Amino acid sequence: MSLKTMKKSTRSNLITFGIVIAFYLIVSLMSVMGMMTSSFAGQLVPICAYVVLAVSLNLTVGILGELSLGHAGFMSVGAFAGTLVYTLTFENTPLPVSILLSFLVGGAVAGIFGLLIGIPVLRLQGDYLAIVTLAFGEIIKNFMNALYLGYDSTGVHFSLKDSASMGLAPDGVVLINGAMGITGIKKASTFTMGIILILLTLVVILNLVNSRAGRAITAIRDNEIAAQSVGINITNYKLMAFIVSAVFAGMAGVLYALNFSSLVAKKFDYNTSILILVFVVLGGMGNIRGSVIAAALLTVLPELLRSMKDYRMLIYAIVLIVMMIFNQSPQIVSWRKKITAGFKAKRAAKKEKKEAA
Amino acid sequence: MQFLTYLINGISLGSVYALIALGYTMVYGIAKMLNFAHGDVIMIGSYVVFFAFGSFGLNPIVSVLLSMVVCTILGITIERVAYRPLRGAPSLAVLITAIGVSYLLQQVAQLLWKSDPKSFKSVVGLQPVSMFGGQLVISGETIVTIAACIVIMIALTLFINHTSTGHAMLAVSEDRGAAQLMGVNVNATISLTFAIGSALAAVAGALLCSSYPTLQPTTGAMPGIKAFVAAVFGGIGSIPGAFIGGILLGVIENLSKAYISTQLSDAIVFMVLIVVLLVKPTGLLGKKINVKV
Amino acid sequence: MKKFVSAALAASMVLSLAACGATATASSTTSEAASTATTEGGDAAVGTPIKLGGIGPTTGGAAVYGNAVKNAEELAVKEINESAGETVFEWQFQDDEHDAEKSVNAYNTLKDWGVQALVGPTTTTPTLAVAAEAANDNLFVLTPSASAQAVIETGDNVFQICFTDPNQGVASADYIADNGLATKIGVIYDSSDAYSSGIYDKFKAEADVKGLEIVAAEAFTADNKSDLSTQVGKCQAAGAELVFLPIYYQEASQILIAANKTGYAPVFFGCDGMDGILSIEGFDTSLAEGLMLLTPFSADASDEKTQHFVEAYKAAYGDTPNQFAADAYDCVYAIYDAYVAGVINGDMTASEMCDALKGAFTSMTFDGLTGTGMTWDETGAVSKAPKAVVIKDGVYVLAE
Repeated sequence: MSLKTMKKSTRSNLITFGIVIAFYLIVSLMSVMGMMTSSFAGQLVPICAYVVLAVSLNLTVGILGELSLGHAGFMSVGAFAGTLVYTLTFENTPLPVSILLSFLVGGAVAGIFGLLIGIPVLRLQGDYLAIVTLAFGEIIKNFMNALYLGYDSTGVHFSLKDSASMGLAPDGVVLINGAMGITGIKKASTFTMGIILILLTLVVILNLVNSRAGRAITAIRDNEIAAQSVGINITNYKLMAFIVSAVFAGMAGVLYALNFSSLVAKKFDYNTSILILVFVVLGGMGNIRGSVIAAALLTVLPELLRSMKDYRMLIYAIVLIVMMIFNQSPQIVSWRKKITAGFKAKRAAKKEKKEAA
Repeated sequence: MQFLTYLINGISLGSVYALIALGYTMVYGIAKMLNFAHGDVIMIGSYVVFFAFGSFGLNPIVSVLLSMVVCTILGITIERVAYRPLRGAPSLAVLITAIGVSYLLQQVAQLLWKSDPKSFKSVVGLQPVSMFGGQLVISGETIVTIAACIVIMIALTLFINHTSTGHAMLAVSEDRGAAQLMGVNVNATISLTFAIGSALAAVAGALLCSSYPTLQPTTGAMPGIKAFVAAVFGGIGSIPGAFIGGILLGVIENLSKAYISTQLSDAIVFMVLIVVLLVKPTGLLGKKINVKV
Repeated sequence: MKKFVSAALAASMVLSLAACGATATASSTTSEAASTATTEGGDAAVGTPIKLGGIGPTTGGAAVYGNAVKNAEELAVKEINESAGETVFEWQFQDDEHDAEKSVNAYNTLKDWGVQALVGPTTTTPTLAVAAEAANDNLFVLTPSASAQAVIETGDNVFQICFTDPNQGVASADYIADNGLATKIGVIYDSSDAYSSGIYDKFKAEADVKGLEIVAAEAFTADNKSDLSTQVGKCQAAGAELVFLPIYYQEASQILIAANKTGYAPVFFGCDGMDGILSIEGFDTSLAEGLMLLTPFSADASDEKTQHFVEAYKAAYGDTPNQFAADAYDCVYAIYDAYVAGVINGDMTASEMCDALKGAFTSMTFDGLTGTGMTWDETGAVSKAPKAVVIKDGVYVLAE
């Protein structure tokens, strides 16, 4: 089957995969040729994590149409669960097994939280839902910041107050140390792992979107009552979208956490949730490929602005506002359409001339 | 007695939240957008008061009035430059732009006034009221903040329900298209809403920093988020709701600090919020959303 | 339309990729050019400058610490280059927004520039992440202010110029007990901050040993710190005679104001983060009367070194330097001492310099603003004596 005769959605999906694989190949080529800067090499894994986060959030915000301001919360629980598994297993099990296990556990735990937060979703709408997801993210952060966890010969101890009240024996090992989080993680994430996770996310989410379930989910977004009236089980599909989204956010969290030597809950606050939302909105709601590109681009942008010194974040803010207005303002969108239409008309006219000649 | 002290602490925190939430809810109710930059307008307003009153020694009331003027101009400018081009775009686009504006204001403040904290001199001259032989003290700031909340709440309600401009605002909030057809100048009405919301932010900033006197470029961010929560708690768009939501939030926060855990007080506040919203999905005093088929 | 947008986004991504590649080649050529220039010149008197990098939050909520470190490093580098009459140090500072990911990015940016030794990062969490990277690269890290024990445990290339948190907690408890300041202690600390909760943990353990009774241990977090009156009220209700504040001075100033409002006047006792409280613009310093703190540095000290530093800092940046600035200033001078001793020079690779500095730091004695006769052990921890000072009439006075 040639590219032209394919279904439109299949072709579009293939292009998305193509972009990711091309990115991987270019980066690998650059690193083999020694053309890569440390700065760019260091950002590769975070970029992958943000891409996965943006794609998974797009499922809830773009496809299901529910505003979520707590995506970093799923990332947080996934990261902590996965990292715990990793730190406990990597010495005794082969490394790939340990890593795989931590991704699975991270995803599963985040999925369970997705189910928990999915329940209020069924009752709430719009900004009220947004605030509940924000609250959820902040609860997770607050809780993880106060959590002390350790083990000794008598078993597992935990406290929500301070490390002394854990009552750990002197030989005990502290796993999570409150605001210090988990320290001394042996770095495990690689760019290849990141790309594999992106591809996996894309396969699952694109297939979901183009399946019967995906059509049901978009129907709910477009008109909930109409969808219900044709017999779509709203509860199931909403929960499904939320859980799938959470699972991938959790896995992205594991990928992110294993890229650094320490993990703290503070990182996963509403600012991070909003950052991911910015990727989704800028890339286009419901547009998976847009999310991929916007996440990669906006992660690199602040680093490219480093030469601006003190004005760096100021310029970042201005760029963000300008990009939003350029992409979304109704007047500018129609103006841009006119221009592109003008181009097309010119091209068509040229073609006609040529043919006539 | 100890309980009463904690309660008073909670009310005084809550009154500050309520004051900020009034501005939030006003803008949300009419312009239908979450203005995430509201907290940062508050911060700018506080700096203006800090310099006018603290450094140049102007009269406190004059300083606050000056700050209101600055914030009003700032609010209208932000609306004109960043939000108006997005009228008609998806509401999320405006939300993200508001976040961009919030970053921008913080960065500008840092470049102008540096990041080191300033200790804000209270603009309230009122002496604290002490009861039960000094065992219970209510600070002047708390009294003024609550009084300001009530005055603003009544004034806003009267303004919206009993003036033609207020009716225009209501009309814009109900149905923008229909309001335009009826001859309401939608752009001017929304600009006015932002002007009022920003002027309220200036008052809120002065009183926030009078009660809790550390002023930094990030000062507005967290109270802004908490006030947003308070506004939702009370039913976003509802003016009395913002007041009740703010006070309740402050009281819950301080009582959980006092009796449950200082570390987890925020988690408790947010859990209460979730429970309330599950029981009343549009907040305490929020209007019911009727979905038309 | 969507296609147009994504095409534009994709195009700019490729561009940015290309830009990254381009900077790589550009920077490598310049360094090659530089090295050929020095070999051709062959003049030993003018050495290759040492590339010194700094990292800290210059934007965001923790910007005040990062900016203090940045300014002091800049000042020290300038002074050294001027007095030496040649460029001893080339220096660059990168922002990390108090975030581990951004800090690693900042570190990598410095690496691309060719950094040979790192003075930073400023805050604990980012330092943990950067130190692990630097340990892999064998690059010398001297942090002015990341005081957690875990920081120096990351690798043998990581050194601190500040006290470790456990040290401060233990020293504070010892000082309070040995001088009989109080037996009923209240603590207010920031449980969301690694520095503050780290000191508190050790303080509590040592207080138990010394027979001090902690009657109230109240926390706050970065999100609910605007109102601290309830924490103060709980200490008051529990009858604490001394309130230990292992926190930074902004929050401490709020606690002092809140306590003043309710007429609660215990002894307040702070750590090195407390320094700076007297120079908060607009703060009523009479509230800090009687406040005690264990600090290695006070801007009011009368010794010549400190006075010179405070004056130069004020002239250049307009405010009084705090303990972060003093620590950073010392860091640069400590590395300069190693240079003067001939241990390091600009022609070394980062890894060679790291090994040289490891040797130098574990064997040298350094006199700086934040202590005299400082020495470092193999782990990278500094040994210096904290001074107990008390605020009297708006200035620091040595206690006793």
